[in-house]
Amino acid sequence: MAVLLDKNSRVVVQGITGSEGTFHTREAVKFGTNVVAGVTPGKGGLEVDGIPVYNCVADAVKNHGANVSCLYTPAAFSADAIIEAVEAGIGLVVCMTEGVPVVDMIKVKQTIKVSGAKMIGCNCPGITTPGVGKIGFMPSFIHKQGNVGVMSRSGTLTYEAIWQLTNLGIGQTTSIGIGGDPIPGSGFVDMLALYEKDPDTVALIMIGEIGGTAEEEAAEYIKSNFSKPVVSFIAGRTAPPGRRMGHAGAIISGGKGTADEKFKALEAAGVVVEKNPAEIGHRIQEILAKMKK
Amino acid sequence: MKIHEYQAKSLLRAYGVPVPNGEVADTPEQAKAIAASLNKVSIVKAQIHAGGRGKGGGVKIAKTPDEALTAAKAILGMQLVTHQTGPEGIKVKKVLVEETSNIKKELYLGMVVDRARDKECVVFMASEAGGMDIEEVAAKTPEKIIKCAVPPAVGYSAFEARKLAYGLGLSDKALAAQFAVITKGLYQLFIEKDASLVEINPLVLTEEGNLIAVDAKINFDDDGLFRQPDIKELRDENEEDPLEVIAKNAGVNYIKLDGNIACMVNGAGLAMTTMDLIKMAGGEPANFLDVGGGANPDQIEKAFKILTSDPNVKAILVNIFGGILRCDRVANGIIQAAKNIDMKLPMVVRLQGTNVEEGRKLLKESGLKFTVADGLYEAAEKVVALLK
Repeated sequence: MAVLLDKNSRVVVQGITGSEGTFHTREAVKFGTNVVAGVTPGKGGLEVDGIPVYNCVADAVKNHGANVSCLYTPAAFSADAIIEAVEAGIGLVVCMTEGVPVVDMIKVKQTIKVSGAKMIGCNCPGITTPGVGKIGFMPSFIHKQGNVGVMSRSGTLTYEAIWQLTNLGIGQTTSIGIGGDPIPGSGFVDMLALYEKDPDTVALIMIGEIGGTAEEEAAEYIKSNFSKPVVSFIAGRTAPPGRRMGHAGAIISGGKGTADEKFKALEAAGVVVEKNPAEIGHRIQEILAKMKK
Repeated sequence: MKIHEYQAKSLLRAYGVPVPNGEVADTPEQAKAIAASLNKVSIVKAQIHAGGRGKGGGVKIAKTPDEALTAAKAILGMQLVTHQTGPEGIKVKKVLVEETSNIKKELYLGMVVDRARDKECVVFMASEAGGMDIEEVAAKTPEKIIKCAVPPAVGYSAFEARKLAYGLGLSDKALAAQFAVITKGLYQLFIEKDASLVEINPLVLTEEGNLIAVDAKINFDDDGLFRQPDIKELRDENEEDPLEVIAKNAGVNYIKLDGNIACMVNGAGLAMTTMDLIKMAGGEPANFLDVGGGANPDQIEKAFKILTSDPNVKAILVNIFGGILRCDRVANGIIQAAKNIDMKLPMVVRLQGTNVEEGRKLLKESGLKFTVADGLYEAAEKVVALLK
């Protein structure tokens, strides 16, 4: 089993003919992803490595049963592209794009909630299920199939954690980058529900950062709804307040969203909070060893 | 992105929100002329991107045009220090000269995006505790703040204005109607201009029975600026750190801090983590810098130039996790950049990921002063040790 991306996923890539779209689709196919079609308005009829390109998402759904969309669309057009996918019946939308305006995401999120579709991103590296495939651009070599879930607001920091696990011989069920934006398609709470249901996931790594209350909400959820051990790392302890630290969502506002508040909330929920990022893998290793006894 | 009070008021005016008559001045003579044309008791206000200007001596009442001249002379050019500026303060280059109002009551009215999972929408906040630090009110007497979320499916609707107005004690029909015009205008501004924060503090109820925005603060979503050219033009580079301005204009994601160990990283989360690691190892980070997925020799060179322009910087930590980005390419980029700018500062380079062995070999053989590190924490320890 896996979370969100599994053997039944049929992926359409929106923005496939762009340089990022083409490059990362190639890598995804090499990794085993079932990419059934691409969409670039105006480029319908073309092919990318034998993958048919359409003008509209509805065509990809009709002709190939696409049920997952992977977006490499420009920031100015991403909200529109996401809503198009949802309206075309796509059940999971993953948008890698950075720079989508918050006002757009308020609209998009409303569409997502009403439709029941799931969304990951924007501003994220995507979803990887080793042995099945990947949506997005997490580097292929870091992954190993196994029983630990990883969910994160970061990109390269996520790769560090996954690489630590793999080097310790510990594999992953599904790694999900929920992205660095203030209003994400899914938060940690949404992913916790999925990892709880996944019989193959026995432990979880949660990588958070300053800004917002996603980690606090996760802590609250974990108290009563998550039975598996969690190791968490929070980036940005030393970030000054009021400044956007790269990610649009990584900003301490009005005193809220500090790393300290997140540590407190997570520790109160029984989460193992590791402050040294080089040690995240070891904490999971200890937990798995205890479980074996 | 932040803007000045006078710019915010200009926008409010355009969206039907009443603001005091007034104009911005660069010189004391201009200030005097504006006061003369207003022909009323006026207030001279320093224009900086920070609050607390009154307490810092940046706001003065002027009963006559001559007093406006004197006030402007005192304020223009001052290094205004408030609890929201650093200890160095900000140099005042403009003043806003406005009519004063006969204040009966001071209210607070603001809008933010509520990021909580069950909200994720624009929220109005209002309070009778106007003219005060809203964060203090939120901390000490949160029950004094009335909130009303704007449901995204519908947008602004009249009931939101009613909830706030009645909650503020503005039950008089005419006042409630004025308040509704204001909230409708603010919401339109927020959505149409990609704002991220609007704060009217105080929203004054005058003795004459009118509502007027006596102070205004509007912040904008940086990610919306690409479609807001008129807002983009309001940017005041004087209010930003000069190195950060250079970095922004060069497309480098950089924030200056106070320490002496600079860092260059790919990825915002990893960059924040690297700052944290330096602190953990006993050092002080000099900056946040995300070179992004590109990290080609050009980008790296630009980044090095910016880092080394900070005179506080005594050592550099480069922390790259190469995914699609290959470590040997990054190593070549670093070597080329360091040679081009004649880099003399000691540097620790920690590479991980694709082609890491080739990358490390290149660095070792380059003849430049690099210390190579393997693990995350080890890299931070090594760079801190370089300064001892």
